[in-house]
Amino acid sequence: MTLLEERPSSTLSTGSRCVDEDIDGMRFRVHRDAMTSEDVFREEIEKIFAHSWLYVGHESEIPEPGDYVRRPVAGRPIFMVRGAKSGRVNVFHNTCTHRGAVVCRRDKGNSKVFQCFYHAWTFDSEGKLVGVPGKDAYDDQLDMDALGLGRVAKVESYRGFVFCSFDPDIVDLTTYLAGAREYLDLVVDAMDGDVQIVPGTNEYGMQANWKLLVENSIDGYHAASTHDTYFKYLVSLGTDLSIGVKGHTKDLGNGHAVLEYLAPWGRPIARWEPIFGEEAKPEIDALRQRLVDKHGPERAGRMCDVNRNMLIYPNLIINDIMAVTVRTFMPTSPTSMTVTAWEAAPGDELPEVRQRRLDSFLTFLGPGGFATPDDIEALESCQQGFASGGIEWNDISRGMNREPEATDEEQMRAFWRRWAEQMDGGR
Amino acid sequence: MTVIEDSALAEVTRPAVEDLLYLEAELLDDWELDTWLTLYTDDAHYEIPCTDDPGGTGQTSLMLIHDNRMRMASRVERLNSRKAHREYPHSNLRHLVTNVRLLGVEDGELRVRASFLVNRCRAGRETTYTGRFDYRLVLQSGELRIKHKRVTLDMTVLRPASDVAVIL
Repeated sequence: MTLLEERPSSTLSTGSRCVDEDIDGMRFRVHRDAMTSEDVFREEIEKIFAHSWLYVGHESEIPEPGDYVRRPVAGRPIFMVRGAKSGRVNVFHNTCTHRGAVVCRRDKGNSKVFQCFYHAWTFDSEGKLVGVPGKDAYDDQLDMDALGLGRVAKVESYRGFVFCSFDPDIVDLTTYLAGAREYLDLVVDAMDGDVQIVPGTNEYGMQANWKLLVENSIDGYHAASTHDTYFKYLVSLGTDLSIGVKGHTKDLGNGHAVLEYLAPWGRPIARWEPIFGEEAKPEIDALRQRLVDKHGPERAGRMCDVNRNMLIYPNLIINDIMAVTVRTFMPTSPTSMTVTAWEAAPGDELPEVRQRRLDSFLTFLGPGGFATPDDIEALESCQQGFASGGIEWNDISRGMNREPEATDEEQMRAFWRRWAEQMDGGR
Repeated sequence: MTVIEDSALAEVTRPAVEDLLYLEAELLDDWELDTWLTLYTDDAHYEIPCTDDPGGTGQTSLMLIHDNRMRMASRVERLNSRKAHREYPHSNLRHLVTNVRLLGVEDGELRVRASFLVNRCRAGRETTYTGRFDYRLVLQSGELRIKHKRVTLDMTVLRPASDVAVIL
């Protein structure tokens, strides 16, 4: 909410102009203006990022009272702190209610109070204003209760994953997550509910439109062509590639989507592979057996053998593959974005398996690994291609003629349909 | 034996260490990666912690790079191929290594610290990596070799560098 409202753009129907679906003709196209236009970028901030549930962080990052993490959400400085009195997760706008300076000035830590260094107004971990130097100047009229830190309009957590929304009227998080809940449950249950964020954050960026990373993060079609060097590396470790990549893609509702598939690599939970080492085999097999006993062979099989690349609309990726990444990104212009990625792992894990998990993450998912730099190159290359002009539309029609397979594009169409709906003014 | 190695290592001079570090820099700048590998021992490690976790180790933290010798070789093979798309064609690199200090011998390894600045120019874009190198050097058949190289980045985030597709 601002005092000087921006011009309403709900009448522009940017969504239906940019996304063209012809079901009979089995053609799905996205206009490249969606990736290049300043106007579209500004509309996205207003229509999408101000009216979605956005990932803030994981509860395991702030286990103790007063623990906090500071990070931008949708480009806005925000911090998440566990209240010392309530024990609950508070998410605040990082700005002093006096004259604006940020009150949380470190990326993480533990603090009983957050003091603005400018005039030393002091807030506690529940956001309450507890100290104002020289209060006599207000003649006891200063309303301390009204001057607490600003809470982000909505904050909810689903099984430890904390989201916020700047829209006070948005549907509750559980409803919003729709079909994505089932897949989040698989990730969390496979870790016996003990999901932790590992220290070390990948904070990178690229010169490409953010929606290209949405597509790329759930794209099974590009793996073989773009990531040849990664698959060669797996072969050098003794991985048998003959299993290939087999599976399907699914629209999970509300713009969320998933790509589910079998792949050659091992999974710390719980698909043993020679590179884990013989000594880890009994442990991984026992872990699988525990999951079978608890969840039955079918659900346990999905947890252990099946890979998941999931989009939680609009900008959270949870990929449960050879390691588990929690990745979010935000446009800084039509042609650039920042990316922040964390690694999730079970709190209790055999050191050898943890080591393999960490190495698996950084070699495939990390910006210093053997795959992510090539994804960055691909997305920047698309962006450069758009600037060439001559061609107006991207084609995203793969698999419209069949039950969508792992190399099809139904999961991307699910994203684009919801994007179009919101860009047309839908909430 | 360790005593002899230690005393030989203790006699290594800073110019000798600088020669090794400058040779490494030149090989990396010239993309002579197969030769670069020969500067390392067979049990070598090359690692870069994440920008927000400079003290992190590969056993407990997510790292940007955590290579044993085998993965170093895979990295070189990848970068030598035409399918490391981010580095095909290769960037123009300039490794500047300075403030070299010998910190003493410990457990048969000579500890060396240096500051670096690596410029990476590619496709009209120029990015800079800056930070500290921590080396552990050993003598192998009388030759100085690198057993461990740890790169601590000064940048608080990997933006705008985007990635660490090149070897620092």
